[in-house]
Amino acid sequence: MNQLETKFGDFGGMYVPELLIPALDQLEKAFLDAKDDPSFNEEFLSLLKDYAGRPTSLTLTRNLVSNPKVKLYLKREDLLHGGAHKTNQVLGQALLTKRMGKTEVIAETGAGQHGVATALACALLGLKARIYMGAKDVERQAPNVFRMKLMGAEVIPVNAGSGTLKDAVNEAMRDWSANYDKAHYLLGTAAGPHPFPTIVREYHRMIGEETKAQILEKEGRLPDAVVACVGGGSNAIGMFADFIDAPSVKLVGVEPAGKGVHTSEHGATIVTGTKGILHGAYTYIMQNHEGQIEESYSVSAGLDYPAVGPQHAYLADIGRAEYVAATDEEALNAFQLLARKEGIIPALESSHALAHALNMADEAEDETIIVVNLSGRGDKDLAHVINILGDQL
Amino acid sequence: MDRYATMFEGLNEKNQGAFVPFVMIGDPDIDQSEAIIRQLIESGADALELGIPYSDPIADGPTIQAASIRALDNKVTVDECFALLKRVRNDFPEVPVGLLLYSNLVMAKGISGFYEKAADAGVDSILIADVPIREAGPFNAAAEEYGIAQILIAPPNATEETMEQIGEHSKGYTYLLGRAGVTGAETAANIPASELIERLNAHRCAPPLLGFGISTPAQVKDAITAGAAGAISGSATVNIIADNLDKPASMLAALGEFVGSMKAATQKD
Repeated sequence: MNQLETKFGDFGGMYVPELLIPALDQLEKAFLDAKDDPSFNEEFLSLLKDYAGRPTSLTLTRNLVSNPKVKLYLKREDLLHGGAHKTNQVLGQALLTKRMGKTEVIAETGAGQHGVATALACALLGLKARIYMGAKDVERQAPNVFRMKLMGAEVIPVNAGSGTLKDAVNEAMRDWSANYDKAHYLLGTAAGPHPFPTIVREYHRMIGEETKAQILEKEGRLPDAVVACVGGGSNAIGMFADFIDAPSVKLVGVEPAGKGVHTSEHGATIVTGTKGILHGAYTYIMQNHEGQIEESYSVSAGLDYPAVGPQHAYLADIGRAEYVAATDEEALNAFQLLARKEGIIPALESSHALAHALNMADEAEDETIIVVNLSGRGDKDLAHVINILGDQL
Repeated sequence: MDRYATMFEGLNEKNQGAFVPFVMIGDPDIDQSEAIIRQLIESGADALELGIPYSDPIADGPTIQAASIRALDNKVTVDECFALLKRVRNDFPEVPVGLLLYSNLVMAKGISGFYEKAADAGVDSILIADVPIREAGPFNAAAEEYGIAQILIAPPNATEETMEQIGEHSKGYTYLLGRAGVTGAETAANIPASELIERLNAHRCAPPLLGFGISTPAQVKDAITAGAAGAISGSATVNIIADNLDKPASMLAALGEFVGSMKAATQKD
């Protein structure tokens, strides 16, 4: 049986083939053992500090917000090695892989960000990585495919199904079920079967812990709200985790509304809300009335996922966190605004969080401190944005 | 007595094991699928294991994924699958029919609602590929309520705890995995699985049918010699459908011949 709680209320669980249960149990055990092992924590912390560049800054924006009552801070995960928060938990799981005596890593990637993070951690720690990527994504994301290969990872295009992220996850799970003896499945977000949502949260929770310490130092009080984008939900849960027990801090998750939540082209699973099981967890998913999984859509590939981490589903249900959605257009506006006003080019994912935070800032009537988790930098999105905006600049 | 128990008893008297082919309902379309299922029974299948097409089948290899996609491309719905099952049940009152599918299809109708429909269609057992014993509680309860056997999987890496739970809860038959990985004829089952079968017997589990990687009569014979109550063959059966998509008559003839040869291999010496 499990040593940790496998569910968040009704959400989460381990909806996987019986064959994978021993591998998930082994992972839970390794995670718990490592947690109590000073040498593991020492190595993880040293990698985070000396290799990845933690702690990341907390930057007060100077020009972005016009409402004088509002202070908007950015948690600068965009400054982390690899260009996004993803490096945190990838390093943690790569260390767990070694701890379990496994030599190979299987991963899935959509746009390639988790694939790149996995490739860099595996290069550093001497692990053999193979990364499943939808065939359509391989075509669309050539620079990231090259980055992964450059760092020694094998990239395997997935033609099955719709040839995108959900199919890459399916294929990674199929591979894992044949090779769990020597390979670890390094899942890229706070979704999937237990214990992944818990492990990924714990290996990202320094985002919120640092934020808390930094804001207390700067402002002498907790923020009124922390805002993060939610696809699978890893950066958001990392930011939220240390604030969940601080009821004065509003937790706001921003999902991708794509072309609008009333169209079929979005990825706002919690906001539009139908429950079901995908990739091992009971959570909010995109599906038709028959239970067939539907494709999600977002201008930002990192939010383009038809499910969401089960802890977010739970936080939404109990009302502890609020989930809203921002459209492609709103995110693209915030993307340009941050570049122009602050000299920071954010990832399109993080631009969703920023877009909503700017609305909150406009509406605030009292003195308000808002922290946005700027989960990644936007360099990876430039080609895509050039295609959309063309010569509008 | 339920249909599985009756089947195993009849086979014991004839000194035979069971041969159970798997196909996807609605592959390639509902009409041809019904003809296929009737052909399987008429050619000597002892029981049937039938899939309901699903968009994200994580336990299946390329062959059965493709079968799902063919059916979904033809807009096959879950209700059409049940209607087909009902017609088959009317004409073949004895043959045990099992469903093999994924949890979200069950959740979409509500667990209880799904089992009710299945019972109404004459289904004997349900195996949910992505529901391990640990999550099976609510599904077992619905199965119990509607008189359906919830099939449990015994994987090659089963712990003692899993074996005990299979012993306690298994009904109908036990799906014995011939190997790790996903469904497919590309990788053969590891036979003999006699050690695993002995463990299942020691825990008084429902009779084990060996599946995953079974595609030849020799493997069926080996499985039964090793102590399995029979064998399930999915991808090899579905490959015959895939290879004959534009020749429906040859497809049925080839399926008949395949089932005949696999069934012949179930006779014990």
